Amino acid sequence: MSKLFNYSAVEPWIPYIVKGLGVTLTIALVAAIFGTIIGIILVVMSKIKVADKFSIAYIDVFRGTPLILQLSMVYFAFPVLLDRVLNDIIGLNLNFELAGLVAAFITFSLNSGAYISEIIRSGINSIDPGELEAAKALGINKFNVYKDIILPIAFKNSFPSLMNEFITLIKESSIISIIGVQDLMRRQQIVTSQTYLYFEPLIIVGIVYYVVIKIFSYLARKVEVKLAYDNN
Amino acid sequence: MITIKNVYKSFGDLEVLKDISFEFTKGKTTAIIGSSGSGKSTLLRCINGLEQIQSGDILINDISTSKLNHKDLVKDVGMVFQQFNLFSNMTVLNNVMYALLKVKKMNKEDAKKLAIDALITVNVDDKINQYPRTLSGGQKQRVALARALVMKPEIMLFDEPTSALDPEMVNEVLDEIKKLTHTGLTNIIVTHEMGFAKEVADEIIYMDEGRIVEFGPAKDFFNNPKQERTKQFLNKIL
Repeated sequence: MSKLFNYSAVEPWIPYIVKGLGVTLTIALVAAIFGTIIGIILVVMSKIKVADKFSIAYIDVFRGTPLILQLSMVYFAFPVLLDRVLNDIIGLNLNFELAGLVAAFITFSLNSGAYISEIIRSGINSIDPGELEAAKALGINKFNVYKDIILPIAFKNSFPSLMNEFITLIKESSIISIIGVQDLMRRQQIVTSQTYLYFEPLIIVGIVYYVVIKIFSYLARKVEVKLAYDNN
Repeated sequence: MITIKNVYKSFGDLEVLKDISFEFTKGKTTAIIGSSGSGKSTLLRCINGLEQIQSGDILINDISTSKLNHKDLVKDVGMVFQQFNLFSNMTVLNNVMYALLKVKKMNKEDAKKLAIDALITVNVDDKINQYPRTLSGGQKQRVALARALVMKPEIMLFDEPTSALDPEMVNEVLDEIKKLTHTGLTNIIVTHEMGFAKEVADEIIYMDEGRIVEFGPAKDFFNNPKQERTKQFLNKIL
């Protein structure tokens, strides 16, 4: 057994690897929260003249480029751009270096905002137009229609897709290892560099990802069933 | 009460209302009948601004509805839809309370009391904490009726209120609507239920191809139709 899987060599590193889960989940959670806020703003903007152009362009850019490029832009390119414009041209003396984790928060929130706005939009499209007509006939104003009817129903309808997006975020967040943030993936690389083992740390990281995603899928299914049962 | 003056309405190239003029009398019940596509539902929806008219004018209590903002227009106009259109994310009670809270800015207790009273009136007070999907069609429509009535409208619009119901539930809804006649409320009912129209309506309008072909007191209309097209229509359905 020890020839196939060198557990004793990797064992002391397990707590270190598992600690990376906190980083991974924090990024997914922050991105899910701010992504939802950005998503709602994008949906609202898409209903307003002129602002709808921005909303379309935003979604187009974020869905049309790879996440790893977006992350590199935020972490490597924008600080340089700001430095050139504000320090070199305007003559300020500011430091624009971003912490890796902050860059991850920004990138993942911006990126998932684009996807979540599409999810919410399709949730809204699935609302029975008759209900909106009834609200109009009663004289309910647009703000209340959005707050009390459209968004709650759209949220319920899009809950499975939103959970799917959250699970995607957990997995995709692994690319932040390229900017040195110590998430699960990055810790595997560090352990590998210390122990010269690839197989064992990768298997452990794989198990952690798999188990966590299984748990979230299970919880999501539970909530989904409850939502479907509570109202329609 | 409601004056329709030379109203034209089209959807794209399709003209659905062609020069409609009519005066609905306060406190009376008027049934609008006609085959599908005759424009009767559209006429109803123009009255409370769910559809915009192309030309002509609609006046409620001598005020042109084109001069009112939509909220003021619907203040005195309630509507019941063919597909009930209850808010699916709210309980029965919240469906009925909602507009009281948001439009009339009533406090929660008063709104709840009024809503429960209205639900008792239409006999669905045992379902107040259930969601619409658990109700039968007849119950849904009675909740929808309570939701409209609780706003104390002067005018009630009914857009084929029983067309989506199973046959055995039609009467329980018609009975509730019948209770609203001769109460001072002005009712306009688009319906395919001829027996009901004959029984409860003071006046009948027959529409065909976007025009009012004939109108008159219910008795005269059914016993003694004047226009050839009306006779043909009545022969087909009676």
